[in-house]
Amino acid sequence: MQKCGVFGVNVHDDGAFRVPAQDNKQTTFRVGKAATMKRIVSTLALGAALGFGTTAALAQAPSTLRNIQNKGFVQCGVTQGLAGFSMPDSAGNWTGLDVDLCRAIAAAIFNDPTKVRFSPLSAKDRFTALQSGEVDLLSRNTTWTLQRDTSLGLNFAGINYYDGQGFMVRKSLNVKSARELSGASVCVQTGTTTELNVADFFRANNLKYEPVVFASADETIKAYDSGRCDVFTTDASGLYAERVKLAKPDDHVVLPEIISKEPLGPVVRHGDDQWLDVVKWVHFAMVTAEELNITKANLDQMLQSTNPEIRRVLGVEGNGGEALGLTKDWVVRIVRHVGNYAEIFDRNVGPSTRLGISRGLNALWTKGGLQYAPPIR
Amino acid sequence: MANMTDGIMPARGTSAPKVAFFNDPKTRSLIFQGLALALLVFVIFTAVTNAVTNLRNQNIAGGFGFLDQTAGFGISQTPIPWSESMSYGRAFLIGLLNTLLVAIVGIFFATILGFIVGIARLSPNWVISKIAYWYVEVIRNLPLLFQILFWYLAVLASMPTPRNSHSLFGLFFANQRGITVPRPIFEPGSGYIGIALVLGIVAAFVVRSWAYKRQAATGQQFPVAASMAVLILGLPILAYLLTGRPVSFAYAEQGRFNLTGGMTLIPEFVALTVALVAYTAAFIGEIVRAGIQAVSYGQTEAGRSLGLAEGRILNLVVVPQALRVIIPPLTSQYLNLAKNSSLAVGIGYPDMVSVGGTILNQTGQAIEIIAMWMGCYLTISIVTSIFMNWYNQRIALVER
Repeated sequence: MQKCGVFGVNVHDDGAFRVPAQDNKQTTFRVGKAATMKRIVSTLALGAALGFGTTAALAQAPSTLRNIQNKGFVQCGVTQGLAGFSMPDSAGNWTGLDVDLCRAIAAAIFNDPTKVRFSPLSAKDRFTALQSGEVDLLSRNTTWTLQRDTSLGLNFAGINYYDGQGFMVRKSLNVKSARELSGASVCVQTGTTTELNVADFFRANNLKYEPVVFASADETIKAYDSGRCDVFTTDASGLYAERVKLAKPDDHVVLPEIISKEPLGPVVRHGDDQWLDVVKWVHFAMVTAEELNITKANLDQMLQSTNPEIRRVLGVEGNGGEALGLTKDWVVRIVRHVGNYAEIFDRNVGPSTRLGISRGLNALWTKGGLQYAPPIR
Repeated sequence: MANMTDGIMPARGTSAPKVAFFNDPKTRSLIFQGLALALLVFVIFTAVTNAVTNLRNQNIAGGFGFLDQTAGFGISQTPIPWSESMSYGRAFLIGLLNTLLVAIVGIFFATILGFIVGIARLSPNWVISKIAYWYVEVIRNLPLLFQILFWYLAVLASMPTPRNSHSLFGLFFANQRGITVPRPIFEPGSGYIGIALVLGIVAAFVVRSWAYKRQAATGQQFPVAASMAVLILGLPILAYLLTGRPVSFAYAEQGRFNLTGGMTLIPEFVALTVALVAYTAAFIGEIVRAGIQAVSYGQTEAGRSLGLAEGRILNLVVVPQALRVIIPPLTSQYLNLAKNSSLAVGIGYPDMVSVGGTILNQTGQAIEIIAMWMGCYLTISIVTSIFMNWYNQRIALVER
């Protein structure tokens, strides 16, 4: 509990506030004529309390997990529509790799993957939305950088997709390499690492370019499609996802160069370690499930397994989940409702989808990729 | 509770004996004002301290120190030299200059177009007045952002690719990447041309005021417009020839992707300016019409009976009186235009909001950037207001 402000409004740990009882009221105001005054005073006190209540509660930084359990859903910041990662279908249901992470978190907390509400955010608005508490986490193909992790007051909770930045051009330009792009106009989305990488790339290679910067991904790709730019640049996964939106996707080619590292992952606010742990370990749980070959289909068999590692992960033994503030069967819930990492990858962006992205860097470490989870024990 | 009672205590002793202190209107109003003030101070104080605490808890550094850091991103239109290794502060300045550029160019053309539309609506010619009528009704009833997008997509869609540019004499080109003109290269000695231009302008206005005074005194007329044009254009041309033609032009050439070498007006600028001019001119047109109709018809008839031509009646009799009605609402339109330029962010024109937004996103300094935006827009608007108020006073009716 902390004292706050000159009125002495007490702010309690639960974020509520109480104005101290006014037991000296009788001495302050004359008896009998105090009714009006009393009403005015209480109105003012209420107004004051409402005005500062929200800000004071924010300063307290209450537990995000408890907050989510109370309100009954996870508020998840996603893109405004990036095929394979977060995109609403014709019925308004969000699907994608990033969406499934949010669903897995909801499944772990509520045993119900539908208890998520999605906030579509532009690249520019996403961090402000997270910082101000509008969303509980960002799962929005966001690149992990030092600057974002530190001075933006955020924490990255892992890497659910290893990506790199690439370029797309029209086939008719006959460009074979990004180094031939001197003098080109480049369409890029503002507020992204992409915008900085492209500047670095042209500067490092001593090439000239004209940046044309848009606020949303849709505006960017539309301008490229209408001929405003020669080059469209974003993360390689995004290039493939956006290409399907073009009028004639086959007229465009992705150049071979990958000019940056783009580790994409979920982000939470700085200062709530418990919530950071939950988000981090939900991702690790999905990777571990893949590693142990626990899938949606064989989950019930696996629950009967005698393998101590599988028993521990699925919460048959031990209580790792409770230490996280969740339940013992948290991994069971995730796999049952959402699946393991391989399942969500294949379903959303894998070779059988329109994007047709192979696992590459995102394969398990045991298969030559980078996806690696610390042990659940 | 200490504060709330403090506000009341002093008032109690001074209240009139027969009326309870809180029924005395004077005391009461003092109490309420005191409470309102205390509340306001408390709200601001709490908001600020909470913001500071929250930012500290989230490990976000405050202050304007970030303006010195390297920006590292590119900007498509830069009135002053720019490279990615320069600071955020300079990037913001470029955004501000781009905003001012659109605002000034927009105000200039919106005023001209607006006066034409306003006068055309009053034209006795049925076709002209109906065209002006429909222009006003259509343009001012469509949302501005929609119009900006329309012009942008219209510009992009109607223009050819850079390889098939429309060209005029091989000097001027128009394509999807904008309008390209030869770039002037100023060599040593070209400063004299600038000086000659300034001298020409000053001389032109001296001649004008002399001619007006002479006409007022003697009735003799002087070809003012022609002599002004000769002075303003002639002096710089003379200086150009005398100093040995120190200005040359770099002509645009076809590069692999774009035209290189010339000077390019980017399509975002063109679309934004056209949209802002068209939109604001519709409003200015109505203001001008209102101003002209506010001048009684007797004034026009008086002008006719003196034998003045219709154009001179407008110039010498009607418009000077109409301006008194026109200027105050016109100022509002100028302010609107400057503020509406922030919609540029929708089409990727690098104005203050767009560049500032990028900085905000890269640095996370939301409060500082928003404060800078507000400060800049406020300054632009107040300076415009001050100028227009001064002009309004100057043309105000002088009562004798």
